[in-house]
Amino acid sequence: MSDLITDVLSGGVRGGTAIMLAALGETLAERAGVVNLGTEGCLLVGALAGYAVAAETGNPWAGLVAGALAGAGLALLHAALVIWRRADQFATGLTLMFLGLGLTSLFGAAYVGKAAPGFAPVEVPLLADLPLLGPVLFQHDPVTYASYLVAPLMWWWLRRTRSGLLVRTAGERADVLPLYGYRAGLIRGSAVVAGGALAGLGGAQLSTAYAHAWFEGMTAGRGFIAVALVIFAAWRPLRVVAGAYLFGAMLAVAPVLQARGHALNQFALDALPFVITLLILAVIGRRTLRAAPQELRRVFESSSTS
Amino acid sequence: MFTRSRMPKIAAITMTGALLSACAANTAGSSAGAGSGAPGKGTEAVGFIFVGPKDDYGYNQAAYQGSQAVAKAFPDLDVLTAENVPEDDNAARVMNSMIAKGAKVIFATSYGHLDAALKVAAEHPDVAVVQQGNLITKAVPRNAGTYFGTVYEPVYLAGVAAGRATRSDKLGYVYAFPINQTISNINAFQRGAASVNPKARTFVVNTSSWCDPAKQAEAAANLLKQGVDVITQHQDCTATIIKATEAAGKYTVGYHADASSLAPKGWLTGSQWQWAALFTDIVRTARDGKFTGSKYNANYRVGFKTGQNPFVQSPFGPSVTGEVKDEVARARSWLATAQGSPFAGPVTDQGGTVRIPKGTVPDYPAIEKIDYFVDGVVGKLPK
Repeated sequence: MSDLITDVLSGGVRGGTAIMLAALGETLAERAGVVNLGTEGCLLVGALAGYAVAAETGNPWAGLVAGALAGAGLALLHAALVIWRRADQFATGLTLMFLGLGLTSLFGAAYVGKAAPGFAPVEVPLLADLPLLGPVLFQHDPVTYASYLVAPLMWWWLRRTRSGLLVRTAGERADVLPLYGYRAGLIRGSAVVAGGALAGLGGAQLSTAYAHAWFEGMTAGRGFIAVALVIFAAWRPLRVVAGAYLFGAMLAVAPVLQARGHALNQFALDALPFVITLLILAVIGRRTLRAAPQELRRVFESSSTS
Repeated sequence: MFTRSRMPKIAAITMTGALLSACAANTAGSSAGAGSGAPGKGTEAVGFIFVGPKDDYGYNQAAYQGSQAVAKAFPDLDVLTAENVPEDDNAARVMNSMIAKGAKVIFATSYGHLDAALKVAAEHPDVAVVQQGNLITKAVPRNAGTYFGTVYEPVYLAGVAAGRATRSDKLGYVYAFPINQTISNINAFQRGAASVNPKARTFVVNTSSWCDPAKQAEAAANLLKQGVDVITQHQDCTATIIKATEAAGKYTVGYHADASSLAPKGWLTGSQWQWAALFTDIVRTARDGKFTGSKYNANYRVGFKTGQNPFVQSPFGPSVTGEVKDEVARARSWLATAQGSPFAGPVTDQGGTVRIPKGTVPDYPAIEKIDYFVDGVVGKLPK
């Protein structure tokens, strides 16, 4: 039984990492007051760019950089449209998702089934032997290890640094910024682009460290889960991590049970992660909306009343 | 939208759902009810639709190669191909647009394309529509049919090789959906393995998707963790599982295509399609106006017993000994005899009930109706 729990949690970390990185990126953007529904697209372009560059250069680290850049590029388009052109955030985000799907379908065909170097699991000495924590946290690939740092850093940065404060201000009271000589648009744009880079990184993790392959649409909705997670985590980075791992663990339940030959209702299990996410959203929905950045509430409310 | 085989490769790269529906408008009712002649007769074009990308190291790649063999065999034919055609009404739209370009023979190559294929066949009596792998359960229209190889025969042979290769007596099978074709494959794999290694068991994990690499990665990781040392699969995209198995130093049995380059050490063997001969013959039959009433105007199945199975065994990998190769060859000749079958009785299910009594050899249609896992398969069918 404990073995089973270990496997589910370990699978949760493995499968949750891409979702976590995408959700942290989305957290950053939303803390600055911008919703990016195109996160799915950022994940996809990151997954393809990561795999393609790893294949071409023979260096998976170069793939990671490329994945982040690709995600940032798509997010830059979002930022330009919603901040500079004042386009509707939801419509633009969805369009970007389709753009990501189309672009990767177009340029990805050459990389389907192509071999590329990737990241293999590396056990962390000593830590990997810890009971429970060892297999759950310290028997993964280097990208997953690096991802552990992202949320604490973001948490610290948003709270304790001046630039973090500026991002939060852009999300809470953007009209204050000009009084101090800052441009809200620039701050928001930077947050959206950095968020896209994180999502792109998540995509590259998916293709170069987890699935070791590129296939069209391989993110399979993980970007949308990430967006939902941000709300469910009340825009707090550390809660985002918990949510992403929870979702990953729900995805891992089916293969873990099946590989042991346990009887189960497969279709219920497939629906489980989504049902849980919906339930949590339904339960905490009203409470969390109060925690939403003020500027973001404006986006949500204007869109639901229009 | 789709390409002629002579056009540059870039044009072959297609389409999101949005694009699909955008192109649908111009294709309505081109030749509905026009011809009463023989379906497919004298066609100048042939259309192929695939559910996935044409280079997936798998199912779609094999079917695409078949389409290119048709192009080669009939240089005067326009071979139209469309990748990533979903298994819904969009498939009918794509087929209709091919018909608008002159195609009177259409190959709908995915299991879930059947409904759309029958709809198109009903709208266009002069077009022969054949579908790959599914079964028409009602009366077969005069311009439609399904075709397939007996997939489970080479899978049984691969099971023999797997049963010999395993040290842990645990084999793994990652599959997508519990459709009959897959159930027969899993059963045949287990029975092939058990025929040489009675202790062998097959652990099954399903992904509920023809291609979700992340789920495949999780499935492979868990099977390997449980001590499985030979993994095979029934998925459209196969690279993720093969790479995970190779990285763990375990054995791979392929499916759909020869992917031994992805597993240079652990590749045992596999099963793959060679559609060229069958596709070419279907096109020739239809073009000559002889489709209606032919063997293709039915649920056509071809196997080791009845002819050239388009589903063939992949080359052996380096670890397979001459002795095992001989064993596989013997099993192969036995399958071609009247008494030979992966499901030659007695066949017991997981509960120990005898489903096919001793001495009974089920025919191909009976095998396609098997809806239970045989004894030795570990795991339950999703209900």
